[in-house]
Amino acid sequence: MNNRPIHQRIQHLWWMLLLITCAVGWLGLHTGSLGLEWGLSYSDDIIQEIRIPRTWGAWLAGVLLGLSGAIAQGLFRNPLADPYLLGSASGAALGVATVLVLGATGASALPGLIDVSNWWALRLSLTSAAFLGAWLSVLFTLMLARGVHQTMRLILSGVVVGVVLGAITSLMMAMVPQALPSMQSFILGSTASLNPSACVLMSLVLFFCCLISLLTSKVLDALGLGETTARSLGLSLKPMRMILIAVMSLATACAVAQVGLIAFVGLVAPHLVRSRVQVTHRHSLLLSAAMGGALLCAADVLARGLWAPQELPVGVLTAVLGGGYLLWRMQSMNGERSHS
Amino acid sequence: MNHIALQCQQLQVHIHQQKILHDLNLNIRQGRWTCVVGPNGCGKSTLLKALSGLIDYKGQVLMADLSLSQWLSKNLAQHRAWLGQDESSNDDLTVYDVVMLGRLPHQSWLQGANPKDHQYVSDALKKMHAWDWRERPLGQLSGGERQRVLLARVWASDASVFLMDEPISNLDVPHQADWISSVQDVVKHGATVVSVLHDLTLSLLADDVVVMQNGIIVHHGSSQDTATHQAMTEVFDGRIQIVSHNGQTLALIKNAIQI
Repeated sequence: MNNRPIHQRIQHLWWMLLLITCAVGWLGLHTGSLGLEWGLSYSDDIIQEIRIPRTWGAWLAGVLLGLSGAIAQGLFRNPLADPYLLGSASGAALGVATVLVLGATGASALPGLIDVSNWWALRLSLTSAAFLGAWLSVLFTLMLARGVHQTMRLILSGVVVGVVLGAITSLMMAMVPQALPSMQSFILGSTASLNPSACVLMSLVLFFCCLISLLTSKVLDALGLGETTARSLGLSLKPMRMILIAVMSLATACAVAQVGLIAFVGLVAPHLVRSRVQVTHRHSLLLSAAMGGALLCAADVLARGLWAPQELPVGVLTAVLGGGYLLWRMQSMNGERSHS
Repeated sequence: MNHIALQCQQLQVHIHQQKILHDLNLNIRQGRWTCVVGPNGCGKSTLLKALSGLIDYKGQVLMADLSLSQWLSKNLAQHRAWLGQDESSNDDLTVYDVVMLGRLPHQSWLQGANPKDHQYVSDALKKMHAWDWRERPLGQLSGGERQRVLLARVWASDASVFLMDEPISNLDVPHQADWISSVQDVVKHGATVVSVLHDLTLSLLADDVVVMQNGIIVHHGSSQDTATHQAMTEVFDGRIQIVSHNGQTLALIKNAIQI
């Protein structure tokens, strides 16, 4: 049964994604503040130290977001579930804001806690604070929604948690204006601060998240047949669900801590994969991740090159493009329904 | 074959502080097909879930003489298969992948499907006449076709005890007949089937019938017993009539005008 036609289609999609990613990545190396440039050699400092980490980092962040979106949609059996709508991204942003505010105000008071001058210490504390915020906010959303059974309740709770946490973040920014500049790039979403170490950090987290989610992918498949059926197949859902929520929060948080709030990649990537192939989660998780990487990489190139030398925040661009895509999907779904 | 496959003692189930099942005692014999009948809301589905160990209950449920709490969840999942009513299903999985989920209890975490799993899946798909659309996603199927796929998932499990809630309500008559011969086939090979069926005439094809009303078992006996027929007539307010016709027992709806 290894030559099922579906496997061929999965292979085609992988080749397509590889091709697109390579093309976009190559463009990324050639896009600078002057738009597309062809004259530079790959050994130039600007390519080695700025464009490679930015392109690679944008891809990694997109992969992390695509993966966490695919996990969220499988886990909550909800095509609208996404790190943003579940409140986890706002939680991650609040975690980031807390660290930045502490860094801006308490650097002298708490010298040992967060050493802003040490890059790794700062990144690790940003990432773990983001993780903590993301994880707690998903749990909070689930508590408000009283479980995952009611789609509408879940989404509404996620929106409420997102809005409230966003307001707290804004309040902190208003009270500590020193942290505002560094926070701004987080809220808008930007790949400008990416460097090789951030890429290494994201790669490690990505490897871990992929491993765990592949090991638990059968749970997501079984959940597709309903919760009771999944339990009748011998799965202990409670611990599995906690593990998957933790992996999803970690992937979201790691991406948010490096590139800020980038909306819609996690929502759109699994949709795009599903519209091409219908496969088990073992395949769709990785495909959605690769799709997310290609999407964010492409958005980053556009954001840098479209109005060069003026650079758009990539989060703004993904919001516009992703929102447009969703609207188009909604329209075409309505169309299908009225025809049938 | 008079072994007890499934047994409950003083079984109580509360849902939202409301008592759904009242101190039920029931012995279900191995190698037989048992149908649970009764009016809407009398607790048939809840009984099936409790017997499968899928909801919280008070009292005892014994599967093969072993309390459900003593079973390892994986062994229990291999031993019994459950099919619910109106369970959600992921429209994006292909028919083949859905049926393969029935083999999940037999697979280890890291291993994929082995040739034996593929064999069970293709046998079950062919049995349900679903083999031709095995590569189609579930979302593209009609209600009846989808139900046949979910049934194939259950048959592929190779379980010893099958608990099925309304398995054939949305199937056409030929496929209902196919389901009945599948049940009779597995029962002949020693498996035990407990099902809730809406159609009373089909229920009377089972070996045994459990008659329920308001969370209580009113009667449990052979489908050919007149006592069973009487209990069924009573729980349905005397609005059915059970007759014999050419050797088959039929449950007919009494015409409202005649009452």
